[in-house]
Amino acid sequence: MTAATETAGTGVLPGLRRVLATQEAVLLLALVVLVVVVGTINPRFVAERNVQSVLLGNAYIAVAAIGMSMVIISGNIDISVGSLIGVLATLSGSLAVNGVPIIICWLVPLVVGSLVTGFMGVLVAYLRIPAIVVSLGMLSILKGGLISVTGGDWITDLPDGYHLAQLRPLGMPMPIYFMVILTIAAAIWMRYSTTGRSIYAVGGNAEAARLSGISRERTIVKVFLIHGVFVGIASVLFATQLSVIQSTVPPGLELTIITASVVGGVSILGGVGTVIGSTFAAVLLAAIGSALIFVNLSPFWLRAVQGILILITVLADILRRRSQARRR
Amino acid sequence: MSVGVKHGVEPAVDRPEAGEAEPRGRPAGAAPPVIALDRIGKSFPGVRALDGVSFDVRAGEVHALLGENGAGKSTLIKIVSGVYRPDEGTLAVDGRTVRFDDPQEAQRAGIATIYQELLLFPDLSVAENIFMGHPPRGRWKGIDWRAMRQEARSLLASLAIHDLDVEATVGSLSVGNRQRVEIAKALSQNARVLIMDEPTAALTEHDVERLFSIVRMLRERGVAIVYISHRLEEVFLLADRVTVLRDGGYVATKPVSETSHDDLISMMVGRRIDAMFPKLPARLGEPVLEVRDLRRPPATNGISLQVRAGEIVGLAGLVGSGRSELAHAIFGITPADSGEIRINGKSTVIRSPGKAKALGIAYVPEDRGQQGLVRPMSLAQNVSMAVLHRLFKGPFINRREETALAERSVDQFSIRTSGVDQIVAKLSGGNQQKVVLGKWLAATPKLLIMDEPTRGIDVGAKSEIHRLMSELAQQGIAILMISSELPEIMGMSDRILVMREGRVAAAFDRADASQEAIATAMMAGAPVDAPAVDSAPRAAGATL
Repeated sequence: MTAATETAGTGVLPGLRRVLATQEAVLLLALVVLVVVVGTINPRFVAERNVQSVLLGNAYIAVAAIGMSMVIISGNIDISVGSLIGVLATLSGSLAVNGVPIIICWLVPLVVGSLVTGFMGVLVAYLRIPAIVVSLGMLSILKGGLISVTGGDWITDLPDGYHLAQLRPLGMPMPIYFMVILTIAAAIWMRYSTTGRSIYAVGGNAEAARLSGISRERTIVKVFLIHGVFVGIASVLFATQLSVIQSTVPPGLELTIITASVVGGVSILGGVGTVIGSTFAAVLLAAIGSALIFVNLSPFWLRAVQGILILITVLADILRRRSQARRR
Repeated sequence: MSVGVKHGVEPAVDRPEAGEAEPRGRPAGAAPPVIALDRIGKSFPGVRALDGVSFDVRAGEVHALLGENGAGKSTLIKIVSGVYRPDEGTLAVDGRTVRFDDPQEAQRAGIATIYQELLLFPDLSVAENIFMGHPPRGRWKGIDWRAMRQEARSLLASLAIHDLDVEATVGSLSVGNRQRVEIAKALSQNARVLIMDEPTAALTEHDVERLFSIVRMLRERGVAIVYISHRLEEVFLLADRVTVLRDGGYVATKPVSETSHDDLISMMVGRRIDAMFPKLPARLGEPVLEVRDLRRPPATNGISLQVRAGEIVGLAGLVGSGRSELAHAIFGITPADSGEIRINGKSTVIRSPGKAKALGIAYVPEDRGQQGLVRPMSLAQNVSMAVLHRLFKGPFINRREETALAERSVDQFSIRTSGVDQIVAKLSGGNQQKVVLGKWLAATPKLLIMDEPTRGIDVGAKSEIHRLMSELAQQGIAILMISSELPEIMGMSDRILVMREGRVAAAFDRADASQEAIATAMMAGAPVDAPAVDSAPRAAGATL
């Protein structure tokens, strides 16, 4: 890499090229292409009704992916997130049918969620157990516990006013507000706060961060605590979008959330990525799922498409790192 | 050449059988050397690692390779063992020019290397380690475990090792035993050349004795041995010939019988201080750092020292002498077990880098990639990392101040970059080092500890860093500099402390230091009153 090409990045055109080369831009472009192509084949795909229902049904995934992205950027992972959403949703619904004030029913999942993930964070940070092992254990505990306690019964007769996700202020479904506002807030926080910076530093090089006086342990516990809050919000959106709560864990939910993060450009090796990318990716994945139906393909193809997207993204990440290493 | 258990992987060169015809002991020199390097050159970006180096080793000979840290020994053995390819010059095996494209080819030619950090699998058994990659096969190509154990046993017996259980896991063995496993592994591949890189660095005295007897045994069987060590007395005990390298260049090859201790030292250090940046005089103030009887065995064994404001104290010593470990203890990375640290006259306990930072200590680590930088982050984000708490504006980082801070660093150190948002992974080595410096100077430290501040960077960047150090000292910062380059130590230091085996072995004032005196103090004598270390001291991991 010569100095000339490096400094060329300041002009307008190369600057534009740099923006376009980001994962966020690529995802946005993919989304536009998808909408145009599928919308041409079947115009009902771009009807307002469908767009809203796609976003409504998947916003909670984007919200959960925000927390997940932070965890992955810090160099960790949480594969128990799907089970935790199931447990928190059931908990919230059970409180609601038992007459607990609705605002409490909405807030308890946030507190319990961050307690559970915070506990995992402590194990990861202080006992140095790999996050994948800790969250694998937590996954089994939560999943098994949930089925044992509820027996798989559905929660019905939820009180009026409980259904937060069905509210439509200014004609827009509530979950979309949550998705957009939380993404922007989290993006700002990750970019400008010291804790956000510490998360990138610990994930990028924990040793260098430690020698700079950044506590690896405290940063990891913090990131897990915050992740739990996002999981809690996601679970409330999930619990309140339908009139019943199934008190099971949606199958493969954790994988969908992790996929959104990874496809959103969060490096599975830590240190790199943005929450904006993960939200774009969550929307893209949801749109692909819907598009498959509109072009008459089996929705089971969605998993395969997700898999292909993960492999492409990870490959691109590895290649990028290689070319950086070579330039040194 | 009756070394190996089995034959058949010999290289396809018609090898003269002179090695076997030779009487025991030194060869007469009639046969071509097993390995011969002729005017080898090798460069890395910004560094000329080897320049016109010739070297050969004959069957039944121990050839010692000597030189300071950075003299090119490691590069040389990596070329012989196929890790690197030379830029210039030729490599010949049994008189025939060869080219190794990878280490496997060198192995097939009968060259085995035992590196300082042993390359064994700790969870596998001794026998499995010995036959890793070429286990005896039974019917249907399955691994013949019985034969493997038996061959491992006979191989060990041929080295007069009878106290090693071939079924024990290697992780449970002492360092000395692990090394014996490595040697047996080399012989299982019919090695005719054995390269040993500082084999005694991590051994206890008893293990050193056993190693020597194995080396002598192998020599009598006609194995050619390249022996690298910093302990001169070992060279006189063991080697037949010795080759000295200095700064990547070839100095001389001599029979050991025709040289002396002083002769070798003066060959190793030479004289070459002229190209250094001249240190500017600085006014010395009060002591900033005082260390008293600091201990954390096995690497730190009772160290006392003092660094005053405006003073540069150079810490010289061999790799593994405990210099980096001392820095780590002072900076709270691996806190000391006992002893006292005073900062500005106040006694303190430093148990974490965060605490050290709060006390005004900065540490520029030896390994930039691992310890100094977060490579995917930008230059500005790296520079501000140690002072994030100062860049607050409300709950958020003040980006404008952060950018200004980074721009000041870029100016002050003339960092070559496209801008402060440049990802540091894309900068050159010297510029990366400057970013690390910038990061710590942003914290306005009172005490700056620098571990190998100019390792791996080019000459121009080197003298810039020396100029910076000099200016920082003039501003009243106390600097403790670890360096393996004697010219750097002598050029920059007001006082020089020489470390050996975890303690300060000698101290010199700038005026009465000479390279010979420092080198002698670094290498002097056998393990002087070696502390009672446990039988498996770990190789000093922090120092290269």
